[in-house]
Amino acid sequence: MGVLYLHGDVSDEELEDAIGKFRGPIYQRPPVKAAVARELRVRRVCEFEILEREGRFVLVRTVVEAGTYIRRLFYDIGEVLGVGASMRELRRIRSGPLHERDSVTLQDIERAVASWADGDEGPLRRVIVPVEEVLSHVPRIVVKDSAVSAIAHGDAVKAPGVVAVSEGLRKGKDALAVTLKGEIIAVVRPTMDAEHILEAKRGVVAEPERVIMERDLYPPMWKKGKSL
Amino acid sequence: MICPPGEPGPGELLVREEVEPGPYGYTPRERPIDVYLQYGAINLDKPSGPTSHEVTKWVRALLGFPGRVGHCGTLVA
Repeated sequence: MGVLYLHGDVSDEELEDAIGKFRGPIYQRPPVKAAVARELRVRRVCEFEILEREGRFVLVRTVVEAGTYIRRLFYDIGEVLGVGASMRELRRIRSGPLHERDSVTLQDIERAVASWADGDEGPLRRVIVPVEEVLSHVPRIVVKDSAVSAIAHGDAVKAPGVVAVSEGLRKGKDALAVTLKGEIIAVVRPTMDAEHILEAKRGVVAEPERVIMERDLYPPMWKKGKSL
Repeated sequence: MICPPGEPGPGELLVREEVEPGPYGYTPRERPIDVYLQYGAINLDKPSGPTSHEVTKWVRALLGFPGRVGHCGTLVA
């Protein structure tokens, strides 16, 4: 959500037309002060609507692909309109599964910690959520308890240990190796798509990327090669 | 709507084998508090002004435990 400021007067129709031109895939070159290479790239603008307008100030809501520069988007609309425009304010209202409506303030954390000190951990459990819940948009590979320790020690995910796979899981795209209870073990990089992992009988199906789980939460079982 | 459209979400879980979990580990919501805090995330409404780094420092101090606290999701206009 952001405030677009028009540098000249335009009608509602002209503004609506200009905004319509920026829905869908657009070309953007990252600004001079950017953390990434300044090459022209395509970003998708999924939703773009005017919420309110007061003269030259326009409150808009956008849903865009990661890496879309809103300042640039607003500037470009100003160019199309011929009067110029700039970004006055910007607020992120959603990122993946995280919504503004579920967000907490520093004061909420402070109060929750105080309750915890008084013996009530309930508020702290509401303010802090399990990391698995903020990664609900990432495809998963569920593995048997007997495979957990090896993965927590940095081993790859191998076919015999796999119990289930998210259908959206794709070769080379980050995924999570999780336990039957849904605990994250590691961030992994699948070496094949979901369908192929289900069919695989042996061998590596995902390479370790970053281990998250503490190593000794699950007992090691790989030495005996025994399955639960 | 999953956005951006065409971006594959996790989708349904395709189950190859029905297996019951053993007596190890914890369902995320049922972790004992000290373990819960080790695998926790905060959806924080950061005030404008202080940097993410500063806010991270405050949260670490607020929680008062030696755990690691970091941040992600930088808003670059």
